[in-house]
Amino acid sequence: MTWPLLSTVVFLPLLGAIVLLALPRRREALMWGWTLGVMLVTFAVSVVLYAAFDSSLPSMQFSEQAAWIGGLGITYHVGIDGISLPLFVLTTLLSPVALLSAWQSIPTKAKEFAVLMLVLETSMLGAFVALDLFLFFIFWEAMLIPMYLMIGMWGGENRLYATVKFILYTMAGSALMLVAILALHILNLQQGGGRSFDLFDFFALDLSLQQQKLLFMAFFLSFAIKVPLFPFHTWLPDAHTEAPTAGSVILAGVLLKMGGYGFIRFCLPLFPAAATAFAPLISVLAVIGILYGALVAMVQPDIKRLVAYSSVSHLGLVMLGIFAGNLAGLQGGILQMVNHGLTTGALFLLVGMIYDRRHTRLIADYGGLWRQMPIFAVFFLVVMFASIGLPGLNGFVGEFLILLGAFEFNRGFAVLAALGMILSAVYMLWMYQRVMYGEVTHEANRGLRDLSAREITLLAPLVLLMFWIGIYPSTFLRPTDAASAHLLEQVRSRAVLAAPVSAALTPRPFPAGEGAVDHAGGQTP
Amino acid sequence: MKVLVWLIPILPAVAVLLNGLLGRRILRDKAHYLGVGSVGLALLCALIVILRVIADPQHPIEAKLYPWIFAGSFSVDMGLMVDSLSAVMLFVVCGVGFLVHVYSIGYMHGDPSYPRFFTYLNLFMTSMLVLVLADNYLLMFVGWEGVGLCSYLLIGFWYERRSASDAGKKAFIVNRIGDAGFILAMALIFWTTGSLAYHDVFAAAADHQITTGIATAITLLLFIGAMGKSAQIPLYVWLPDAMEGPTPVSALIHAATMVTAGVYMVVRSQALYLLAPISMDVMAGIGAFTALFAASIALVQNDIKRVLAYSTVSQLGYMFLGCGVGAFTSGLFHVMTHAFFKGLLFLGAGSVIHAMHEEQDMRRMGGLRRHIRGTYDTMLLATIAIAGIPPFAGFWSKDEILASAIKGGHVLWWVLGLCAAFMTSFYMFRLIFMTFRGEERFDTEQVHPHESPPSMLQPLRILAVLSVIGGVIVGIPPENGLFHKFVAHAFHNQGEHAVHAFHFWPDVPLMLLSTVIALGGLYLAYLFYIQDPERPKRLAEKFAFAYETLLNKYYIDEFYDAYIVRPVKWSTDALWSVDARVVDGVVNGFGAFTRLYANWSGIVDRWVVDGAVNGVGTVIQSGSRAFRLIQTGVVQNYLLVMALGLFVFATIYLIAL
Repeated sequence: MTWPLLSTVVFLPLLGAIVLLALPRRREALMWGWTLGVMLVTFAVSVVLYAAFDSSLPSMQFSEQAAWIGGLGITYHVGIDGISLPLFVLTTLLSPVALLSAWQSIPTKAKEFAVLMLVLETSMLGAFVALDLFLFFIFWEAMLIPMYLMIGMWGGENRLYATVKFILYTMAGSALMLVAILALHILNLQQGGGRSFDLFDFFALDLSLQQQKLLFMAFFLSFAIKVPLFPFHTWLPDAHTEAPTAGSVILAGVLLKMGGYGFIRFCLPLFPAAATAFAPLISVLAVIGILYGALVAMVQPDIKRLVAYSSVSHLGLVMLGIFAGNLAGLQGGILQMVNHGLTTGALFLLVGMIYDRRHTRLIADYGGLWRQMPIFAVFFLVVMFASIGLPGLNGFVGEFLILLGAFEFNRGFAVLAALGMILSAVYMLWMYQRVMYGEVTHEANRGLRDLSAREITLLAPLVLLMFWIGIYPSTFLRPTDAASAHLLEQVRSRAVLAAPVSAALTPRPFPAGEGAVDHAGGQTP
Repeated sequence: MKVLVWLIPILPAVAVLLNGLLGRRILRDKAHYLGVGSVGLALLCALIVILRVIADPQHPIEAKLYPWIFAGSFSVDMGLMVDSLSAVMLFVVCGVGFLVHVYSIGYMHGDPSYPRFFTYLNLFMTSMLVLVLADNYLLMFVGWEGVGLCSYLLIGFWYERRSASDAGKKAFIVNRIGDAGFILAMALIFWTTGSLAYHDVFAAAADHQITTGIATAITLLLFIGAMGKSAQIPLYVWLPDAMEGPTPVSALIHAATMVTAGVYMVVRSQALYLLAPISMDVMAGIGAFTALFAASIALVQNDIKRVLAYSTVSQLGYMFLGCGVGAFTSGLFHVMTHAFFKGLLFLGAGSVIHAMHEEQDMRRMGGLRRHIRGTYDTMLLATIAIAGIPPFAGFWSKDEILASAIKGGHVLWWVLGLCAAFMTSFYMFRLIFMTFRGEERFDTEQVHPHESPPSMLQPLRILAVLSVIGGVIVGIPPENGLFHKFVAHAFHNQGEHAVHAFHFWPDVPLMLLSTVIALGGLYLAYLFYIQDPERPKRLAEKFAFAYETLLNKYYIDEFYDAYIVRPVKWSTDALWSVDARVVDGVVNGFGAFTRLYANWSGIVDRWVVDGAVNGVGTVIQSGSRAFRLIQTGVVQNYLLVMALGLFVFATIYLIAL
C-alpha cells in the first residue's frame, strides 16, 4: 500500500493541534512556532502533492477509501482532482499566512487560537477532498465551529450579533443539505444500489427532473449562502467586519470558496438537468450580485465592509462563470476563486495591518498614508489593482475567462458583468485615494511606522503569486483543464439523458447495473 | 531577433523592478541611470529590429514565448510580432520615449520622489511597448490597461494635491469604460472567429467569415475602447484634467504615445473596419466633431497646458476622421507627425513653466522670446507644423486626411475638419504670441525667466528637426510616399482601398486651400494678440455667452456630474439602505420573529405546558398530602381500614348479587 499522502495533508494540522494541547500555555513562542511549523510542513507536503499530480488525467487522484460506518455504507473516501487541487493548495497556503498575521494582534488566549486555526485547517482541507457525502457533511459542519469561536472570542464590538447571524445562516443551509444527502442515500437504496453515501454511486442514480430540482434546491441554499450569492449575503459583511484579521483572511480566502466548490463538485454533476434548468436564474442572481455588491461597496465608510461587499461582487462573477456551461467560464470560475482568495486575503491582511496601528477601520480616519508608509502603499496598490482585474496580475485571467464564458452563455449578462468591472475600479480607487493620497489630516496618522519584516513576509508570497498567475497562469490552468472538461462532458451528456427521456427510452437497467457494479467495487477496496 | 524583440519591453521592466526596490533608499537622485539607460538600450534594440523590418517588410518578425491563457478551445499566446505597422509605432514610442526620459532628468531634478517618477515612466514604456508589439488582442489589452495604470499613477504623481489624485482617478475610470467595450469586443471576436491572434482574425475577416452585423458590433465595441484611450467625444473628459501630471508625462503619455493607442488599434483592425461601413461613418463623424469641438474650447483657454490638451483631443479627432474615411495609413501618419510636434510643444511648455517658476497661466507671461530663445525657436517650428503650413510635418499628414475626406464624398466631415484646421492655426499662434511676444506681463523684478539646461533643450531640438522634415521625407507624394508604401506591407498591400495616386486636380488646389486656411488662422491671431491685444477682451464682452460657454468647456463636466456621477452616488446610497433595511431586514425580521416566537413559547411553556406539569405535580402533591394523613404507621389503623374495606366489599358483593 502506498503512503496515504492526501490524508497526511488533511490530518497533519489536527495532529499538530493535539500535540499543541499538551504544550504549556506559558511558552508562547514555542506554541506559535509549533503551529506555524505544522502549517508550513502541511503546505510543503501539499506542494509535493501538487507536483506529483498528473494534470493530464481528469479523474480523482491520490484516492483513499476505507469502510467507516459499515451499517450505513458510510466510507472514508477521499481523492483530489484538478478542480479541488488549486483550492486545496490555496488553503494550505493561506492558513500559515493567516496565522502569522495574528502573531501580535491576538492578545489573549493564544493557545486556543492556535488550536482552532489548526482544527479549522483540517476541516477545510477535508471538505475539499471528501468524496463521501456524509464525510463531506461532517467536514463542512466542522468548519463552522472554529470560525464561530474565532469571531466570537477575538472579534470586534458587535461580534455576538455577527456570530449568531453567521451560524444561523449557515446552519439553515446545511440542515436542508443533510436532508438532501439522506434523500440521495434512500434513492440509491430504492434503485438497488445498496447503502452508500459515495459520490460516485450517486452519479449513477436515475433522477427525474422533478427530483433533481428539489434536491438541487436543497443543496443550493447551503452553497448559495456560503458563496454568498445575492440575496443570501448579509451575514458576510458582519462576519468579515467583526472577525479578527486571521478570521477574515480564512473566511474570504477559503470558506467562501466552499460554496463555489460545492456547486461544481456536487450540484452540477449530481443534478445536471436541474443545474441546466436553473442556470439562467442563478446567473441573474449572480449578475445582480456583481452590480449590487459593487454599488453598495462604494458607499461603505468601513474599509473591511467595503472589501466584504467587493467579495459579494467578485463571487457573483465566479458564479456566473460556473453556470455559464462552458469550459472558459468554469475554468475561469475555478481560477477566480483562487484569485479572490489571494487578493481579498491580502486586502484583509493590509487592512488588519493599519488596524493594528490605528485601531480604526473607518476610511475617514485615514488619508495621506502614502507619505507615512510607502512600502505599505505599494503593496496596497498592487493588491488593489489585482482586485480590480488589471491585466498582468491574477484577477484579469480569471475575469476574462469568465466574461468569455458568460458571453457565450448570454451576451446581456456579459455586458452587465463588464459594467461591474468598471464599478470595481470606482470603489477601489476612491477608497485608495481617501486612505493613501492627500495630506495627512489626522495627527494620529503622522509617524505611523511602515511595514515590519514579518508583515512583508506575509504579503510577499501572495503578491508574488498574483504576478505569477497573471503572467504565467499555465501552472494553475493546466491542472484544472482536464478535470473541468470531464465535468462539463458529464453534465452535458446527463443533462440531455435525464430530462424527459428517462421514461421513454428506459435506459434504466444499464446505468443501474453499472452503478451497482461501481458500488460493489467501491465497497470492497 | 526573437530575443531582441522581447528585450525591448523587458529592459524597462527590469529597470522598474530595480528602481522600485532600490530607488528610494539607494539610488535616489541617480535613479535616471537605470531609468534612462534602460530606455536607451530598448531604443537601440528597437532600431535594429526596425531596420530588419525595413529590409524585409514582407515578413513580420514573430516572437512567441508560451501559451498564456487557455481553456478548452480558447488559447492565447504570450507572443510579440513586429510588422511595418508596429515598427512605425515602435519608432515613435521608443524615440519620443527616450527623448522624454532624457528631458525628465532636468525637469524632475530635485523632486523628492525622483526614483518613483522613473519607476512609473519605465513601467509606462513597458506597457506601451507590449501594446504595440503584441501579436493578439488580449496581449494588446495588457499593454492597453497597463498604460492606463501608468497614466493613473503619473497624473496623480503629486498625490498630496487633491486635484491630482482626482484627475488620476477620473482618467482610470473613464478609460475603464472604454476598456469594457474592448473586452466585450474581444469576446465577440473570439466566439466569431475562434481566435484572438491578429493573424487568424484578419484571415477570417478577409475570408468573409464575419457578417456585416457582427463586424459592426465588434468594431463599434473596439471603438468604444478607442474613444476612452484616445479621448474622443464623449469620453474625452479625462485628458484635459490629466494635465495635473508632470509635464514630461503630458508630452509622452498624453500627447505622443498612449493617447494614440486607440488610433493604432483601429489601424491594426482595419480588416474588420472595412467590413463595417456603419462603424466607419460613426468613427469619421465622432472624429470630425471631436476635432472641431476640442479646437473651439482651445480658442479661449488661458492655461498653456490646457490649450495643448484640447489641441491633442482635437488632433486625435483628425486621426479618427482619417481612419473613418478609409485613410487608415494617413491617420497613422498623423500619429507619427503629431508625436513629434505635440511632444515638442508639451516639452516646450514644460520648459516655459520651468522658466516661469511653475506659472502656467499665459495671461501672466508674454515677451518670453527675449529670455528663453531656444525654447521659443523650437516651439515656433512645432507650431508651424501643427498649424499645417507646408512643408512642415503636420501639413502633409493633416492634408492627406482632409483630402481623403472630400475625395471620399464626406463633405460635411471635410468642412468640419477645415474649420478645425483654421481654429488650430489660430489657437496655436495665440499660444505663441501670448507666451513669447509682446510685453512681459509678469513682475520682472520678482521673476527672472531662465533657459532650461541642455538635457532639456537637446530633446526639443531633435524633435524640432523631426517636426520640420518628418513629413516631407516620407510623405511625398501624398498618400503614396515612403510611409504609405512601408505600412502597406502590414496589410499585404490590400488593406485600405483608397486611391493612392497623386493628381494635380484636385490635390494641388486642396493643398493650397489648406495652406490658405492655416495662414488665415495665423493672421487672425496676429490681429488679435500682436496688433491690438485689447481686441479679444472686447470680443469676449460682446459675445459673453459664447465666450463663457467655451471657457467653461461647454459645461460638459458639470453635465456629467449632474446626470451620471450624482445619480450613481444617489443610487449607491439607496442600495445600501436597501441592503441594511430590506435584505438584511428580512433576515433580522426572521430573527426577531423567531425571538418573539421563542418568547411566546417561553411564556406558554412557563404558564401552560409547565403549568400543566406543575399542575399535575400540585394535584399529586396535595393529594398525597391528604393521603399522608392516613399513612399513620400505626398497625391498628391499617387493620381498621382493612376491616372497613372488607366490610364495604362484602356489602357491595352481597347487594349486587
